[in-house]
Amino acid sequence: MGLSEDEMKKSILLPLAVLLVLCVLWDGAVLLSKSDIFPRPYQVFLGIVELIQHGLLLKYVVASLFRVSVGFVLAVLVGVPLGLLLGWFRPAFLAFNPVIQLLRPISPIAWIPIAILWFKVDDRAPIFLIFLSSLFPITVTAIAAVQNIQPVYVRAAQNFGVTRIDLFRRVIFPACLPQIITSLRIALGIAWLVVVAAEMIAVNSGLGYLIIDARNAGKRYDLVVAGMLMIGLIGLILDLLIRRLERFEEVKWGYSH
Amino acid sequence: MGLLPLGAIGTVGEPVISVRDLGLTFVGKKGAEPIEVLRSINLEVMAGEFVCIVGPSGCGKTTLLNIITGFLKQSTGDVLVQGTPVKGPDPRRIFVFQDNGVFPWLTVEQNIGFGIARRPREEQRETVHRYVQMVGLTGFEKAYPRELSGGMRQRVEIARALAPNPEIIYMDEPFGALDFITRLKMRADLTRIWQEEKKTILFVTHDIEESVQLADRVVVLSSRPGTIRKQIRIDLPRPRDLDSFEYLNARDEIFHTIGMSLKVGSG
Repeated sequence: MGLSEDEMKKSILLPLAVLLVLCVLWDGAVLLSKSDIFPRPYQVFLGIVELIQHGLLLKYVVASLFRVSVGFVLAVLVGVPLGLLLGWFRPAFLAFNPVIQLLRPISPIAWIPIAILWFKVDDRAPIFLIFLSSLFPITVTAIAAVQNIQPVYVRAAQNFGVTRIDLFRRVIFPACLPQIITSLRIALGIAWLVVVAAEMIAVNSGLGYLIIDARNAGKRYDLVVAGMLMIGLIGLILDLLIRRLERFEEVKWGYSH
Repeated sequence: MGLLPLGAIGTVGEPVISVRDLGLTFVGKKGAEPIEVLRSINLEVMAGEFVCIVGPSGCGKTTLLNIITGFLKQSTGDVLVQGTPVKGPDPRRIFVFQDNGVFPWLTVEQNIGFGIARRPREEQRETVHRYVQMVGLTGFEKAYPRELSGGMRQRVEIARALAPNPEIIYMDEPFGALDFITRLKMRADLTRIWQEEKKTILFVTHDIEESVQLADRVVVLSSRPGTIRKQIRIDLPRPRDLDSFEYLNARDEIFHTIGMSLKVGSG
């Protein structure tokens, strides 16, 4: 797995070069268009500095991360057990699957009016939306993971006379874990997309609010783009963090390298 | 023929496995012809005996093993194991699968200890240690299955089956996915383990040579519907000389029973 030193250098220098070229093109395009609204890269940089100085950046990042964490953790706590149970008990699957498939295609954004109706303009509204948006990918993946488990594992375990609870705990759950982790990664990505949208409408803080507020209160597009860049950066970090779960010895077998 | 190894005489005492007039017919979808897979199988296996079931592919030999294990229900006839009708899998009889039966999320020692998790810790440790040694995996206790070769994984599976000290071991083409040389080595090791542990082994294979190398008795099935064509006693001393007249004789008899010529290519 170890990259050679040369490879390492390339994996840092090449992306940096691309970034630099993009900034130059961006700057050139703004200059050529003579736009006085669209910010130049250095103005965005100054915008970020301004946000840090006012203490807004940290405050908004913390607000967004808090909502995502609570909503996501709730979705994991509900979605994983629910998916495993529905995957295992056929009648429960037959009963609930149509409802899940009906609710699943509804964009979390469509839930915003209802979220505001139920929770007012308050942290609970975006948390609810994130919970919903993460719940479906996690549940559906867990269902499929149980249903597609290799029968030989179940038979081997039954042969040793394990109880039903042990079968679940010692075989079904670990056998499904690699796929569940993949679904967590996907769900967290979606949650991060949704929090921004939710904050634009349902609350008065967070990175999504920052973007919409910067535009509404004075066309501060430098702050809009600054907020966007922060969203991208934090999303990248979240993904890197959750990918670390795939490195545990107990689940490595589930990923082809 | 030759010397009789101890425990190989299938005529003393009560059989541990007794299959009486067993048949299986799969009733397909409406309108489709039902498929008769097995017909009037009568088979007895004695304690400590090593019996191989061979037959052409699709003859129902794995199905027969699945019925005896309790994974599948027969249409007619009875299966008595250790005196009682089979109702389902039972930890006193462990099934060894062809491949991928070991749990990839557990280490070698965790896999081997899987069936004895409810025993005292100290006993678990000793038992696992003993079987790790017996199947020659010392040094790989903490390894995960994905880090092992196919042969080593199959050793884990065999050790896992032995650890709860079952009386009977069912094996469904356990070496089928291995290369020729590994297979030879695994057969020698299995014979040694069987001699040390004195288990009853019922072993399904499509490999005639394998059956003659391993078994006290070879049960030859016909193609579908599977019936017992012949039972051939292999009274050869172990370790077996694969060049001996008696070995070749037994092998040719099975080939002949199945209706195959030992010549390859056109004349």
